[in-house]
Amino acid sequence: MTNVNMTVNGKAVSRDVPDETLLSEFLRENLRLTGTHVGCDTSQCGACVVHVSGKAVKSCSTLAVSLDGADVTTIEGLADGDLHPMQKAFTEHHGLQCGFCTPGMIMTSVDMVHRYNAAGKVLTSDAIRNELDGNICRCTGYHNIVRAVEDAASKMEAKGGS
Amino acid sequence: MSTGIGARVTRKEDKRFITGKGKYTDDVRTENQAYAAFVRSPHAHANVKGIDASAAVAMDGVIDVLNGQQLTGDGIGNIICGWAISSKDGSPMNMGAWSALATDKVRYVGDAVAIVIAETQALARIAAEMVEVDYEELPAVAASDKALADGAPQVHENAPGNLIYDFEIGEADATDAALAGAAHVTELSLTNNRLSPNAMEPRSAVATFDEAEDHYTLYTTSQNPHLARLVLSAFYQVAPEHKLRVIAPDVGGGFGSKIFIYPEEIACLWASMKTNRSVKWTSDRSEAFITDAHGRDHISTAKMGFDANGKIVGLKVDTIANLGAYMSLFSSAVPTYLYATLLSGQYDISNIHCNVRTVYTNTVPVDAYRGAGRPEACFVMERMMETAAREMGMDPAELRRANFVQEFPHQTPVIMAYDAGDFSANLTQAMEAANVSGFAARKEEAATRGKLRGIGYSSYIEACGIAPSAAVGSLGAGVGLWESAEVRVNPVGTIEVLTGSHSHGQGHETTFAQIVAERFDLPIENVQIVHGDTDKVQFGMGTYGSRSAAVGMSAIVKAMDKVEAKVKKIAAHVLEASEDDIVIEGGEVKVAGTDKAMGWHEVGLSAYTAHNLPPDMEPGLKEGAFYDPANFTFPAGTYICEVEVDPETGATDVVQFTASDDFGTIINPMIVEGQVHGGIAQGIGQAMLEQVVYDDDGQLINGSYMDYAMPRAADLPDYSVHHASTTCPNNPLGVKGCGEAGAIGSPPAVINAITDAIGTNNLAMPATPQAVWNAIQAAM
Repeated sequence: MTNVNMTVNGKAVSRDVPDETLLSEFLRENLRLTGTHVGCDTSQCGACVVHVSGKAVKSCSTLAVSLDGADVTTIEGLADGDLHPMQKAFTEHHGLQCGFCTPGMIMTSVDMVHRYNAAGKVLTSDAIRNELDGNICRCTGYHNIVRAVEDAASKMEAKGGS
Repeated sequence: MSTGIGARVTRKEDKRFITGKGKYTDDVRTENQAYAAFVRSPHAHANVKGIDASAAVAMDGVIDVLNGQQLTGDGIGNIICGWAISSKDGSPMNMGAWSALATDKVRYVGDAVAIVIAETQALARIAAEMVEVDYEELPAVAASDKALADGAPQVHENAPGNLIYDFEIGEADATDAALAGAAHVTELSLTNNRLSPNAMEPRSAVATFDEAEDHYTLYTTSQNPHLARLVLSAFYQVAPEHKLRVIAPDVGGGFGSKIFIYPEEIACLWASMKTNRSVKWTSDRSEAFITDAHGRDHISTAKMGFDANGKIVGLKVDTIANLGAYMSLFSSAVPTYLYATLLSGQYDISNIHCNVRTVYTNTVPVDAYRGAGRPEACFVMERMMETAAREMGMDPAELRRANFVQEFPHQTPVIMAYDAGDFSANLTQAMEAANVSGFAARKEEAATRGKLRGIGYSSYIEACGIAPSAAVGSLGAGVGLWESAEVRVNPVGTIEVLTGSHSHGQGHETTFAQIVAERFDLPIENVQIVHGDTDKVQFGMGTYGSRSAAVGMSAIVKAMDKVEAKVKKIAAHVLEASEDDIVIEGGEVKVAGTDKAMGWHEVGLSAYTAHNLPPDMEPGLKEGAFYDPANFTFPAGTYICEVEVDPETGATDVVQFTASDDFGTIINPMIVEGQVHGGIAQGIGQAMLEQVVYDDDGQLINGSYMDYAMPRAADLPDYSVHHASTTCPNNPLGVKGCGEAGAIGSPPAVINAITDAIGTNNLAMPATPQAVWNAIQAAM
């Protein structure tokens, strides 16, 4: 057991966990933040993506004890009062069906837009498709996810990259 | 903004999913939760000589290890196949016994032999590895044609030669004669590749036994919780139905794989009673690859005869279907009544004969996967049509058009009676949307970039709205396939609709609410759809076979008819008018042509206060209905795919994909388009990427996302989706269903496009770069 302290969705948390505890387990089982999903066991599907210090991370491939002191945001903490533009875009463009991959898709996409905005690069639909390489969706065929990310990107840019 | 039929209403269910508040089975945790892991066979075929669980049981935190002898000893019944198919000689199918935990023999890699219950999931998994099973390995067989060969290893003693049944449909002699007299006969050997469904949410079960009440609760990843309860109770004797509650909460995709009641749910329920603990099991992806029922896996040869004018005179198909190591719930129906009955395609064909042999192999059981039999039929038909057109030097679109069924109803020689359609309209719409007339120029331009551009068609038909109960009963189905609904109007006028359909991505909470809001002219926010809990919904057959619109919503309409009749009676009584003059609109119940009206909520309140109801009327405002469809529905359409192939590498891009579908009435175009997108993605996945691979010894070669090529965003194009609809005459909304079309229609369109590009027909799915490159080389 190791004591882990983190800030998760803006709140300080502290838990004693076995050293082998993955961040995904820590969030789901210790903190009961079950919006972060686990869809595979080879770090391929991306259902588990969260932000660590603002960057997208696959929580199924990260040990909780390695993140002592980290600032973690999960899908539950993404909205700041109102829904995040990416969340709104996913529903407006029907970018989700069963919803299982959706938290990871949204967290990956928010990070994607931030990175492209920061680098001053244009996020084309081809770029979105390539950037989603680590996120698998079985329901939507991706078409509407791409539309959602394009739309959210334009709105996030207008807002100054939030 | 309208929220009624035809409106693009954003989904009511989305908010919980986009904020991480969905509640899936693995999100359920009971007090004092225990966890299960399964001990699984690493061998494809072996005798189980003994199980030594002593080291596992001795571990701290391990609660118990239970095996198949104990399970059968407690009277837990074998897993059944629910559809009896007879061979053409009249003999019944040869169904081998399937115990939820193997007792004396294992028959595929992943076959469960014991369940370990421990205080944590990690501990359960470690303990499962400590269980020593003494296996005596036996020779195994994985491929269906090899399973039928002389001397092949026997999977089940009561299925000699591994043959489950030898089924036929149609007239063999007449078809042979038609082919003998044909001006041209096209002949193809076709493989329909084996797939893993891969819903993104792995299967999970949380089983709790309440000793005081002698009652079980099961949370499970199911497309049909009532069917699960029925089977768990009536056949597996886990608990009587009134002592078993099954809840399928948010379910993360199904695609057929979550129809079936698997060994794990049975074992968890039983183990919860044995250990008196709530037992939770969640599959990981590797476990899903070796336990979730696979799909497809057909080998076929087909002959299609044409007269000198290109009119089809006969079709003969011989198919071997691999059902894996055990017969899963609907496995027998998929390659027979969901496959061979669709071999008339969209065409007017007088003579059809199909023979289907199903076989046992030492592989994961095979059952319905999105489309279930119909993609296999469509692949045969549409590969044949395209190939025949090439061989006869005809335009593939015009060959199809010349053979389309033109008049409805149309009785095919293979049971199905098509009720409505305009196949030519879909073909024309797809060709216009795809700008087929500009293809030659696009091909020329692609050539300047060193790319081979090809175009392929697929005109599919499917049978959905499964199914008329008496009809399927006469064909061997063990259940009726109606649906139920209950419409509850509350005293304040808000409405709950309880449905036996189950939504696991389809958006029922929105589309079902749309038809209620439209019917009673109420805000959609005032309608709540309730599903997925056997304690709330009386009964239901669940969601599969694109049945929720055609059957599930029809049941809701039927219940709404009853509600409307009662509302009108109450209003007529209170307003002192004739029932015939009462209209429901704008949140009011009015006497037409007068200013006399009651609020909708006032009618609700009147029904429950019961102070002033018509004589003999029961209080309350709640009506239920069971709806049994009169016929299947027949969604149909044409898909056109364009690809570009790099001849140096075989790498192929789908550069344009156009769909024109006839789904009948469309309730929510946004949701319907999403269903088509997802279906096409799975179809392109089958055509170009996916295949479950076993080696000759029955070892699964590609059981993870590192090896099994799931379609990713960059593998797929944008889709151009269109509708040209005819109304289904057999249900009140005129709907046909849209869930499977994309997966059914798209694979042959893709393969037809690639083979057009590379100029050879010799290309199997999946058309990986290597397969395409090899086909190019072989054709040179």
